[in-house]
This record gives sequence, C-alpha cells and structure tokens, in this order.
Amino acid sequence: MSLLHRTPRDLACIELVELVTDYLEGALPARRQRAIEHHLAQCDGCAAYVEQMRETRRMAGALRGEDVPDAAVDALLAAFRAQHANDA
Amino acid sequence: MALGAVAAWRPPARRCSVARTVATPVSVDPDAELLARLRSGDEHAFRMLVERYSATMLHVARLHVRDRQAAEEVVQETWLAVIRGLERFEERSTLKTWLFRILTNRAKTRGVSEARSVPFSSVAAADAAGDQPAVDAGRFQGPGDPYPNHWSAAPARWETLPDERLLSQETLRHIADAIERLPTAQRAVIRLRDVEGWDADEVCELLGLTGVNQRVLLHRARSKVRGALERYLGDEVMPV
Repeated sequence: MSLLHRTPRDLACIELVELVTDYLEGALPARRQRAIEHHLAQCDGCAAYVEQMRETRRMAGALRGEDVPDAAVDALLAAFRAQHANDA
Repeated sequence: MALGAVAAWRPPARRCSVARTVATPVSVDPDAELLARLRSGDEHAFRMLVERYSATMLHVARLHVRDRQAAEEVVQETWLAVIRGLERFEERSTLKTWLFRILTNRAKTRGVSEARSVPFSSVAAADAAGDQPAVDAGRFQGPGDPYPNHWSAAPARWETLPDERLLSQETLRHIADAIERLPTAQRAVIRLRDVEGWDADEVCELLGLTGVNQRVLLHRARSKVRGALERYLGDEVMPV
C-alpha cells in the first residue's frame, strides 16, 4: 500500500478535511475545486472522508422534528376558523 | 417536521447572495398551492403548515429568547399573526420567508425586553471564531512519518453498511444527541441546512449570517456530528 501514489503532495489530507464543506457547497475557486477532485481521485482515505460527510448530511435529513401538541394545534385551528369566518 | 432524506440530497446550494434572493421568482414558492388553500379557509392545509414549520420555529425562537416557554409563546403569537395576516400577505417573498420573518421579529423584540444578555449575532460570531480542527491531529502522520499530514488511520466506508443500519432509530438518536451537544449557532445552522433542508441563502437571511460564517458554522457542526457517528459506528465498518 503505497501512500505516495494515493495522496498527491500539493494538498495534504489534513488540509483537505478543512475544505470539505466549501467543496460540497461549491464555494471554492475553480482551481481549488480541481485540486480537491484530483486529490480525491487518488486518495482512498479522503474519498471515504468526503463520503462520510455526505452521509452525515443525508442521515441528519432523516431526523424528525418534535410533534406539536394536539391542544396547541386545536387552539390554532379554532383561531384560523374564526378568522376565516370573519374575512368571509 | 424534517423534510426527509430527499431534501438533503439536493445539489449543493450556491453561496449566499442578496442577488439570488431578489431574483428568486415567487412563483416557485413550494407553499404557493398551500397558500391558495389557506386563503379559502382549508383547515387541513393550515394544519399541514403548522405541522411542517412549528418545530423549526421553536428552535429559531429559542435563539433569541430566554427559555423554552418564552419560545413557545412566540411561536403561538406568530401563528396568530399569520392567521390575521394571510389576507394581506402580498407574496413578495415565499410564505416560509414571511412566516419566519414575523417569528424572528417577535422573538428578537421579546429577547430585548427580557434583556437577554447575549444576542444571537454575538453567539454566532463566537461559535465561528477561533480554530477547531475538523479531525483530530492524531489521525494524521506526524513530522517523523513517511507522509506527514496524510492519513495514518483512514476513515471507513460507511456506504458498505445498509440503510437499515445507517438510518436506524438508534443511529438517528446518536445524530440527534450529537446535534444537541453542539454550540448554539452551529446547532442552529446544521438543523436548518441538513435536518430541514433549507438552502444557504435562506439560512443566511434568517440568522443574519454572512455566507462565509454560515459555511464555517455548518462545517464545524457537520465535522463534529461526523466524528460522533464515526465513534458510534466504529467497529462495524472496515477502514479503507
């Protein structure tokens, strides 16, 4: 397992992990973006890291918010109904 | 009230910019159809709106006021203001933007009257300041190693685990706990961006953040949640 072939020396892994969010947001200058893609194509560790950050985002998206208590919804529905009757 | 995994898979949002906010035609408002139903008095539509946004509103209100009870009151007042204002709402912004502007104005006013010691803008600046490495330096080779600053312990391939594991209740509970432990502004940003699927511009506008600070906060938040997941999933996946 030769790291030399997998990790281009112009951008170290320790630097890349700090650029991942800017990279995923498309916020980097084109040259920097290309340098990262070049690094990722050759570095399995960083490729796995970026994938973990993508997965983190996807998994967070599966969280559910807290439910609104029924009593609160009922009170708001009553207010909504009253306002509509008033407007009509 | 999370928008679910689909929202999180959208292409990366562009940088925050005023230009884009202005250029966004209101016709793309995802709530446009809902708005028409609300104006016709459709109670089911109103219930959907309340269920879609209340949890997020509570989190956002909490950024500006002293405690949860005050935040709940602000959310309730906001809904009542929305009910009264629906007829007059001019659709110069999306329904969501309008709703959260009312909420933020009310929460900030209340925060000022409570003389809350630290305004959110200061909290956000502090959470984005300083240096916090995304990954522990011990994961990389040191100066005496063959390839300094490259991985010594490479991350694992989570995609080898099935979704039943990655999206299990237990895993999701770990993610929720990790988010809960984040500093306030980092927590606020990752909730809106990754849990609720808002885009960067919307978050910048709502929280009064610059594009750069929004990304710094998101980066720190995601990096920490990733780290928590790595510790939790650790033994189950092989490193690359």
